[in-house]
Amino acid sequence: MAIFLTSQSRVLIQGITGSEGRKHGARMLAAGTQVVGGTNPRKAGQTVELDGSEVPVFGTVADTMAATGADVSVIFVPAERTKDAVIEAIDARIPLAIVITEGIPVHDSAEFWAYACANGNTTRIIGPNCPGVASPGKSNAGIIPADITSEGRIGLVSKSGTLTYQMMYELRDIGFSTAVGIGGDPIIGTTHIDCLQAFQEDPETDAIVMIGEIGGDAEERAADYIAEHVTKPVVGYVAGFTAPEGKTMGHAGAIISGSAGTAQAKKEALEKAGVRVGKTPSETAVLAREAFRKQ
Amino acid sequence: MDLFEHQAKELFAEYGVPVPSGKVAHTPEEAREIAAEFAAAGQPKVVVKAQVKAGGRGKAGGVKLADGPEAAYEIAQQILGMDIKGHTVHKVLVEEASDIAQEYYLSFLLDRANRTFLSICSVEGGMEIEEVAHTNPEAVARIPVSPLTGVNHDKATEIVKAGRLPAEAVTGAAQLAERLWAVYTDEDALLVEVNPMILSADGRVLALDGKVTLDDNAAFRQEDNFTTFADESSTDPLEAQAKAKHLNYVKLEGEVGIIGNGAGLVMSTLDVVAYAGEALGGMRPANFLDIGGGASAEVMANGLEIVLSDPSVRSVFVNVFGGITACDAVANGIVSAIGMLGERGEQVRHPIVVRLDGNNAAEGRRILDEAGIGVVEQVATMDDAARRAAELASANGA
Repeated sequence: MAIFLTSQSRVLIQGITGSEGRKHGARMLAAGTQVVGGTNPRKAGQTVELDGSEVPVFGTVADTMAATGADVSVIFVPAERTKDAVIEAIDARIPLAIVITEGIPVHDSAEFWAYACANGNTTRIIGPNCPGVASPGKSNAGIIPADITSEGRIGLVSKSGTLTYQMMYELRDIGFSTAVGIGGDPIIGTTHIDCLQAFQEDPETDAIVMIGEIGGDAEERAADYIAEHVTKPVVGYVAGFTAPEGKTMGHAGAIISGSAGTAQAKKEALEKAGVRVGKTPSETAVLAREAFRKQ
Repeated sequence: MDLFEHQAKELFAEYGVPVPSGKVAHTPEEAREIAAEFAAAGQPKVVVKAQVKAGGRGKAGGVKLADGPEAAYEIAQQILGMDIKGHTVHKVLVEEASDIAQEYYLSFLLDRANRTFLSICSVEGGMEIEEVAHTNPEAVARIPVSPLTGVNHDKATEIVKAGRLPAEAVTGAAQLAERLWAVYTDEDALLVEVNPMILSADGRVLALDGKVTLDDNAAFRQEDNFTTFADESSTDPLEAQAKAKHLNYVKLEGEVGIIGNGAGLVMSTLDVVAYAGEALGGMRPANFLDIGGGASAEVMANGLEIVLSDPSVRSVFVNVFGGITACDAVANGIVSAIGMLGERGEQVRHPIVVRLDGNNAAEGRRILDEAGIGVVEQVATMDDAARRAAELASANGA
């Protein structure tokens, strides 16, 4: 099963002929992902060689879907064209669009999110500025390294890419059902709560690790959701206890404004909801191991 | 990027948002000259306002009324050079004094929780809106604004009426709100705030103050703003150097220099170092530096150079998890970075603790071992490496 991405998923790449699209397209194929095609309006009808296979290039997302049955799009186009790419994916009614691109103006993200809502949310958007989704042993859509962990029964949701990898690596012996990098931007399509809900419903997930960071109140809202709806054990980690107020820490969304968005407030909210929160990534991995064993 | 008040008002004026007329002075003499111009035009009373990117200027004595050119000179003399919440005042805005009948509040901002835009409007302005929201929550209206439909005349009227503005202010305030929305969207702002928005004694609605935060991610299509409003004076010199080299660096107040890959991992590294440092006389991280996924030798050299040129740094912790990037490439980067710095005449003397994990970590560790660089010490885990870096910083300071 896993969530969002399974061995049945048929993946297309928007921006398949660009350097990032080609590099990660080849990696995804090597990881066993069914990469069925990609788009570049100027190169429709051609093919692009990825990891030894010729993958067809189409003019639009709709054409790719019609010809290949693709149901997931991974978006690698540059920031200035990402809004249009996401809106194209929504118009084509693809079930899942994963936006890897970073550095997108927030007015663009707000607009494509509003557009998705106005169109009935038929397209789930993950990201932007995220590493993507990996269901080890099944499929890998994005830039998460496929070989750092194994297939297993922990679900992981995280705002940060490298912290995701760190956690996947530390728990590689237990393994993961799905790891979702939701991205560190102020406006993102899929939230911690969406992932918690999906993991709670997924019969192949036994325990959940949730990684947050400073900025906004997504972790606090996730804590409320966990208290009410999640019966599987959840272990948490929050980055940014030492971050100063008013400074953006790498991710556009990672900023403490006044007294809002601090790591301490997030940790307290999670603990109040019964989530054990690790002080360091390694301690969090130890807690996750304990939570998993008790299952 | 935050703008100064006078810059915010320049943008406002371009969009027809009414603002008092004023000019910037860098010296008391300039302030006197500007006040004299106003006096000659029949406006003897001016306000002298400290230009700093910090709130609470009024309380700190950074905003004062002057009743003529000489008073403006004296007040500018007091305010220039003043420290307001750690910001030195380098310039003042000298503005015609407004005859205030009432003070309101208006802003547009991002609503992260609801993933849309928001307008906040209140009949009570002139103080912190958080304070009003606390003492008189009913006086603060929060109106969602859709990015798809924006703010037209009707929406603007809805906003100011929800803020309970009196009938005599509604037309002017709605017009101001509609134009302010244009600033917000066309300039790719994350925040535009007018506090206070005033009703003058002669019935006009004006933006008496202005706060604008621009979206750095939109710099590619707002080049003019990022050139015109670039602000060297309020940026830390190391942060400015790092920015010029396209490094994601934030200066902090500690002793352990930090270099890592990925924003989340670096933030986490700062925390882990701070925990480890608690037991060692309070050693703290000296900076945030994310060298990103690539971590070429040059990026590593630039990063090390910036971190080591911070005089408070006593040790460095390089914390890398190889995801797509292989650790052997990172190790080669570190080796050549230290070589490069030596060639630049900046021999590395501080201890550098390196933790490599993930993709090709064994090979990366071997490369560093074989390079035999005296200042480099490898530690296997992030927690132990953080502790070691804090220990070395503590010992190095003694």
